[in-house]
Amino acid sequence: MTATAPGFDAVLLGTCPVPQAQYDRILLGHGSGGTLGNDLVRKLFLPAFANPTLSALEDQATLSLHGTKGAAQSIAFTTDSFVVKPIFFPGGDIGRLAVHGTVNDLAVGGATPLFLSAAFILEEGLALSDLKRIVASMREACDEAGVTLVTGDTKVVDRGKGDQIFITTAGIGVVPEGLALSIKNARPGDRILISGTIGDHGIAIMSVREGIEFETVLESDSAALNGLTRAMLEACPTIRCMRDPTRGGLSSSLNELADASRMGVRLDESLLPLKPEVKAACEMLGLDPLYVANEGKLIAVVPPDDAARVLAAMRRHPLGRNAVQIGEVVEDHPGMVIMKSVVGGERVVTMLAGEQLPRIC
Amino acid sequence: MKYLDEYRDAAAARKLADAIARTVTRPWVIMEVCGGQTHTIVKYGVDRVIPDCIELVHGPGCPVCVTPLEMIDRAHAIASRPGVIFCSFGDMLRVPGSNGDLLQLKSRGSNIRIVYSPLDAVNLAAANPDRKVVFFAIGFETTAPPNAMAVWLAAKRNLKNFSVLVSHVTVPPSMTAILQSPGNRVQGFLGPGHVCTVMGFEEYEPIARRYRVPVVVTGFEPVDMLEGVLMTVRQLEAGTATVENQYARAVRREGNAQSKKLIEDVFEICDRKWRGVGIIPKSGYKLRYEYRDHDAERLYEVADIQANESTVCISGQILRGLKKPHDCTAFGKTCTPQTPLGATMVSSEGACAAYHAYGRHLEATGRRNGHQPELVQIGGGK
Repeated sequence: MTATAPGFDAVLLGTCPVPQAQYDRILLGHGSGGTLGNDLVRKLFLPAFANPTLSALEDQATLSLHGTKGAAQSIAFTTDSFVVKPIFFPGGDIGRLAVHGTVNDLAVGGATPLFLSAAFILEEGLALSDLKRIVASMREACDEAGVTLVTGDTKVVDRGKGDQIFITTAGIGVVPEGLALSIKNARPGDRILISGTIGDHGIAIMSVREGIEFETVLESDSAALNGLTRAMLEACPTIRCMRDPTRGGLSSSLNELADASRMGVRLDESLLPLKPEVKAACEMLGLDPLYVANEGKLIAVVPPDDAARVLAAMRRHPLGRNAVQIGEVVEDHPGMVIMKSVVGGERVVTMLAGEQLPRIC
Repeated sequence: MKYLDEYRDAAAARKLADAIARTVTRPWVIMEVCGGQTHTIVKYGVDRVIPDCIELVHGPGCPVCVTPLEMIDRAHAIASRPGVIFCSFGDMLRVPGSNGDLLQLKSRGSNIRIVYSPLDAVNLAAANPDRKVVFFAIGFETTAPPNAMAVWLAAKRNLKNFSVLVSHVTVPPSMTAILQSPGNRVQGFLGPGHVCTVMGFEEYEPIARRYRVPVVVTGFEPVDMLEGVLMTVRQLEAGTATVENQYARAVRREGNAQSKKLIEDVFEICDRKWRGVGIIPKSGYKLRYEYRDHDAERLYEVADIQANESTVCISGQILRGLKKPHDCTAFGKTCTPQTPLGATMVSSEGACAAYHAYGRHLEATGRRNGHQPELVQIGGGK
């Protein structure tokens, strides 16, 4: 995370007596996966629940359970809420997304996802046929990912108090013995790989919301990544860590990596995989694809000698066909992500501040 | 992507940067007028692939930045009224008025919407006859035609519940103001490509002649910018001062006749206050008398609202090219995109915000843990 908010240093050092935020109310920007949300987590949630597992700020909590025979078993546990609008979009729907999001948070920690819960907040008036369609699609997504939905809950709110349907899923997976992926593990020289094109999900959603039409339908990349992560870990158990760059986009994941590992990240703009229609939409809307959400992509940090092997394993998997190396971890500029531009200049890639708002011209 | 990739081409950029290095013999100060151009410079590090002796200073062409504080306060006053749907371009929402920004107002329950086109706001008015829809019509000559079209359409469709809060400004008077200001350093301009797409560039010819400054109408991609710099440097070195057109794929000398007529039909020239700069005579548009029923300032009686600027902020000097963001003591400290103190930090096109977004606040001082990143040499050309 970037040091943009005043008073932030002091908070990190645990000495901050000052008010926790400059805002007295929640803004939409607090949910954009950037610095505002990050502030909320670090200044409000972490102090309240302080414990080592939560403070690691991984995509999932890894917990050690002692079985009856005394052998320790590591399980991964995570939760995620889904409020996407529209609820049906090209390439998916809120139900599929709710399964994929939680499965992926487990998978990028190296865990094998097993069980999910789902809580539904339904708005009065939601068409039952829509709910049926969403549930069927969740079932399909569970089957594809090899997970079982084992518990759930339903609440209904007054018309106008929700937006059709909100879904919260939680998931449990098992972590293979000896595996401990963490963004803290990154070392200088490590290669940074990405499994495919960036920004597809965010732009697919935007194009429906804003009525932008492409010659072909741009689909969300929403997908369960546990098959891909398994293939990668089988090929190379020494992978340092993986992340799925969802809200806040690639920039948030890489800044979190740089921050947690106290390393620098160098990117090469010319290597970033982008679909032409995503690039075009970003140009039109004044958005930067580095900040646009993905729902079926992962980045992996890999020791240099293993990079080729992991890349090959990724490319053999359908969800990693377009995998490429986009940068590396360096000792210089710890905590910062620096990108070489296509024309040879350089710039720091910061975390999204607030919401990414379309520019006027 | 056609019309994009070729203007972001590394080899073409390198060639132009080399040509600039071969051409230049002494220091020059060149101002890029548009915020979009500033954005490109910082995003791609364009200033770092050209020789040190060419200084690019950042101009006043960011519509969001130069919208005066009291106009934002007027927007807030209108948006707070019950029954009003207040529509705005996205980046105007984060601009702080005297009491927070429109996003915060929205979180307190005001009905505030982002639109991509003012015509969306007109449609919203048609669809919500029981609400009053107000569009925040800001910008330069680029946004003037669609905004004029929205008013014209609303009048034609007799949509009495549609009005606009107008804060339009025009580029040429601001360039003149910069050239006339004491301590002016600007010796050449990269002209505003998009503005000239609408207006053409005839009106820049008297400025070039009178003040002996070359003006090169320039596009917004890195290769455009480098070519614009090269053309300007060639003129400066040769001692000429004419208007040239680098952005010929979009700009004609006479501009877009239909758009100009639409502006003329709906708006008339007026004095405007520029945030951080002050009043510039004949530097903006207001609605013509016949469209007074769509004038939000009149309908909501907010014209009397006044406001005071932060005293620390140096955005006025930045907008006139006298100072850079780094020269400000508040930059990146008390003034950030989340807590902007003034004009140039509020929009992503503002010089301070562009510097901040692309991390230049981190470069000078390193990060919070005291590490001193070796960033002084970053950028290929220096």
